[in-house]
Amino acid sequence: MKPPAFTYHRPASVADALAVLAETGPDGKVLAGGQSLVPVLNMRLAAPGHLVDINRLGELAHVTVDAGVVRVGALARHAAVERDAAAFAALPLLRQATGHVAHPAIRNRGTTVGSLVHADPAAELPAVLSLLSGSVTLASASGRRTVPAGEFFVGPLESALRPGELAVEALFPVPPKGSGTAWLEVSRRRGDFAVCGVGVLVTLSADRRVAAARAAYVSVGPTPLTVDLAEAVAGLPADTADWAAAGALAAARVRPEDDIHATAAYRRHLVAVLTARAGKAAVANA
Amino acid sequence: MHEVSVTVNGVLRSATVPARRLLSDFLRHDLGCTGTHVGCEHGVCGACTVLLDGEPVRSCLLFAVSVDGAQLTTVEGCRAPDGGLGPVQRAFHECHGLQCGYCTPGFITTVTAYLRDHPDPTEEQAREAIGGNLCRCTGYQNIVASVLRAAAIQRGEA
Ligand SMILES: Cc1cc2nc3c(=O)[nH]c(=O)nc-3n(C[C@H](O)[C@H](O)[C@H](O)COP(=O)(O)OP(=O)(O)OC[C@H]3O[C@@H](n4cnc5c(N)ncnc54)[C@H](O)[C@@H]3O)c2cc1C
Ligand code: FES
Ligand code: FES
Repeated sequence: MKPPAFTYHRPASVADALAVLAETGPDGKVLAGGQSLVPVLNMRLAAPGHLVDINRLGELAHVTVDAGVVRVGALARHAAVERDAAAFAALPLLRQATGHVAHPAIRNRGTTVGSLVHADPAAELPAVLSLLSGSVTLASASGRRTVPAGEFFVGPLESALRPGELAVEALFPVPPKGSGTAWLEVSRRRGDFAVCGVGVLVTLSADRRVAAARAAYVSVGPTPLTVDLAEAVAGLPADTADWAAAGALAAARVRPEDDIHATAAYRRHLVAVLTARAGKAAVANA
Repeated sequence: MHEVSVTVNGVLRSATVPARRLLSDFLRHDLGCTGTHVGCEHGVCGACTVLLDGEPVRSCLLFAVSVDGAQLTTVEGCRAPDGGLGPVQRAFHECHGLQCGYCTPGFITTVTAYLRDHPDPTEEQAREAIGGNLCRCTGYQNIVASVLRAAAIQRGEA
């Protein structure tokens, strides 16, 4: 249970980090919070030759709200994102979901962007980014590109990050006025990975009818799954809309699998129940 | 090899270690601070929790080289200034918040940081505070009681 040997790099700037990553290519891995990478190394599931530690790149520790977007830098820890008052005011979903990520001691070190790159289908933040149609900015020695959530999560534990790239920032768009969000999940213990989790985003018209409603799910597919709930609830008065129908709609769309934590049937049941509850909660928050 | 210096419980300590040295092993093997315990080495049990610049973290998920220069507090640093039991340690002693003691260093550090930020928790909040630490002996009842007792001691209601 000890990590394999590796060469350690601690660049002092983003430019230096990109130079090292360009040189080490597929044999180089970024070390952010280490809350997913170090368990992987300790269990000898990977043995990268080089680790590029970004923990001294203070320039990447930002959480900022501007022009309708919450920007989260690669060194912003889960705990900092959760605490950030401006980010909460603009986008309550970030705090609502991050509070379910692991335990405080892990949130003190793990990063939001690291969680996105790690692309665990049981992780909250990839689903949040997908629900909001956000994106991730990737930098390499040869330039930058911004990848939308829909193309970023490629498969279980696989993101669109290429060798030599550093994810510098995630962009979470703020939903339009009149929107509300909620995050609900079921896990064995608070802080454990969810057996099923759901985030709902509703947007209401001026007369409090449902203009738009979407949900994103964790632990019921290989990548974060989003479902448009409009078919079940659009146009209805938000407070009396049939959220159970929205739950049934979602349950028919997801493709959960059996594993040691839960059966597929139980997960599908949770999708229906949690969607209905989260829909109502999102309306109450709008 | 890398020269790593950290301040442990107020004392500057250094050792030369390979990059792969986990902070938990650095504390125990290189610095001889064996109060920090190691259970799972993948972040799940919480036995290895120490305070890094005041905040609880898993020392088994950090490389010593990565935290060069940091201020660390381990269970040894949670004692009273006169060297006797600190308030959280005293509460665990009084309430039988430990049996074998394997998990205890992680609880003491976690609870110390929690009570600094939340001096008057409810029972539910006390449970939440220790949610990331596993104990195979006590059944947690006495640990929850210890958290509440430690809070009372710190508020001067000893
Ligand atoms: C006990 C335990 C419980 C957990 N429970 C949950 C949970 O319930 N929900 C949840 O979502 N997560 C959970 N996690 C994981 C946690 O959220 C991690 O913090 C997160 O997944 C990874 O972030 P990190 O900064 O620690 O990344 P690291 O571990 O440092 O890196 C993870 C991967 O991403 C790559 N990477 C990281 N940052 C970048 C970057 N900027 N550019 C390029 N590549 C990068 C690394 O090379 C590595 O491959 C848990 C972890 C533990 C140990
Ligand atoms: S030994 Fe670190 S969490 Fe278990
Ligand atoms: S007292 Fe034995 S594991 Fe907690």
